[in-house]
Order: sequence, then structure tokens, then C-alpha cells
Amino acid sequence: MGVTFYISAAVAVAATFAVITRYNAVHALLYLIVSLLAVSLVFFTLGAPFVAALEAIIYAGAIMVLFIFVIMILNLGPQAARLERAWLKPGMWLGPSALALILAGELAYIIVSGGGRGSAGEAVVGARQVGIALFGPYLIGVELASMLLLAGLVGAYHLGRRCEGNGGPAGSGRSGGQAP
Amino acid sequence: MMAAVPANYGLLLAAALFILGLAGVLVRRNVIFILLSIEIMVNASGLAFVVGGSRWRQPDGQLMFIFILAMAAVEVSLGLALVLQLYHHLKSLDIDRASSMRG
Repeated sequence: MGVTFYISAAVAVAATFAVITRYNAVHALLYLIVSLLAVSLVFFTLGAPFVAALEAIIYAGAIMVLFIFVIMILNLGPQAARLERAWLKPGMWLGPSALALILAGELAYIIVSGGGRGSAGEAVVGARQVGIALFGPYLIGVELASMLLLAGLVGAYHLGRRCEGNGGPAGSGRSGGQAP
Repeated sequence: MMAAVPANYGLLLAAALFILGLAGVLVRRNVIFILLSIEIMVNASGLAFVVGGSRWRQPDGQLMFIFILAMAAVEVSLGLALVLQLYHHLKSLDIDRASSMRG
């Protein structure tokens, strides 16, 4: 299990370095998804399978989809098709694909070598213990997180509604935006 | 902890990812890249929590990561709504053009 950790750590650092050096936002997103998957594999090797699943589902799935939505909204225009063609050049997806293939190989190795349980003696803190602790001593944290999510929902609704340009606040804001 | 990874290396990985995210925030001028770098930093701090929880074999580190996950989801949704608003007003994603406040 040790070598799995080191390889995925190297993949995570390499992909993260690629994220902050890309010029194109979609390429950076591809690399960031690979980086998050690598961190998810690191969680798995550290004996935290529940959090590894959450990382893959929520971070690499849901949050990155939000980013992709916004980037695609902002890229709407006549040059979108040309950009799309430029994005699909082999040089663009070879890097993330190679890193993701390394991760897939590691995952296959883990599954073949015994599912990560007991193969290297790493203590696994599973979903059962996490759930018991989450709704036991940390119940107030769950309530606070729900309030935070509600506040985020209301705030995102408010900001998104004003963004549609219903005259008043957006118009006045635009006149202020042209000042500098 | 036989063949397992020492906690030092996990913390080292978290520190490396955090520094990369910090460098991204400092270097890039595009708002979307700054948000991505903030995500990298949040994720790295969550990794440090999980490494700690794995070191002492307690579920607390994973719980902290779950809370960080909720916080990151809220932060990203609000941040991206603000990015859309900013683009709507400035027609640009350059953070330096949003350097002045209007009362």
C-alpha cells in the first residue's frame, strides 16, 4: 500500500502544478479533476474509504461540474466552436489521460491485491465509525453545516437572480463598472 | 503501521498541495483560476485532517473533512455566482479590473 501512496502523491502534485500553469480554464479543470482523484486514492491508501468516495463524488463530481457550467456559460459566443476544436487537439487530453491511466492502474492493483483491507495492515476507519461519530458527538456540526448550506443556497439564488439583468441593480452596477 | 505510510509524508503532500494552491492565487490574475487555487488549498487542508485522523485511527479527521466539503461546496457556489456577476459587470475575468469599490 505504500507504493500506491507515493505514486498517487506524485500524480497529485504533478497535476496540481499543471493546474496553476495552464492558460486555458478547461485544461486546468481537467488537471484539477485528475488531482482530486489522486487525492481520493491517497485517502483510500490512508485507510479512509468513506472520505475517498466523498472526494470522488462531491469534489471531482459536483463541484467541478459547477466550474464547468460557469466556464461554458462565460465562453458562449461565435468563437465557441473554434475553441472547442482547439480544445480537442491530442496534446490537450494526453497529459490528463496519462495521469488518469496511472491512477486507474493503481486502483486495479489495489483491487487485485485484496481490496485494501488487511493487505498492508493499515487500520481502516470505515463509514460505520464515521457515521456514528457524525451523528453522536458532532451533531451540532451537522446542524451548523445545514445552516451554512441554507445560507449558501439563499446567497447563490440572490446573486444569480440579479445576474439575469432585470434592469435596476445590474444596470447601475454596469455603469459603475465602466468607471475604471 | 507496518508497510503503511508515515504521517510525515502525508503532511508533506498536504503542504506541497497547499503551497501550489497559494502560488496559484498569488500568480494568476484570472478569477476562475484563483477560485481553482482556493479549491486546491481547501482540499490540501482537508488532506491534512484526514492524515491526522489516520495517524491516530480516529474518525474525527474524516468528520472534519466532511465539514470542509460542505464549506467548499457553499464557497464554490457563491464564488461562481460572484464570478458571473463580475463578468456581467466588467466583461472581463481580470481580477485587477475589479480593484475599485463603488459606494
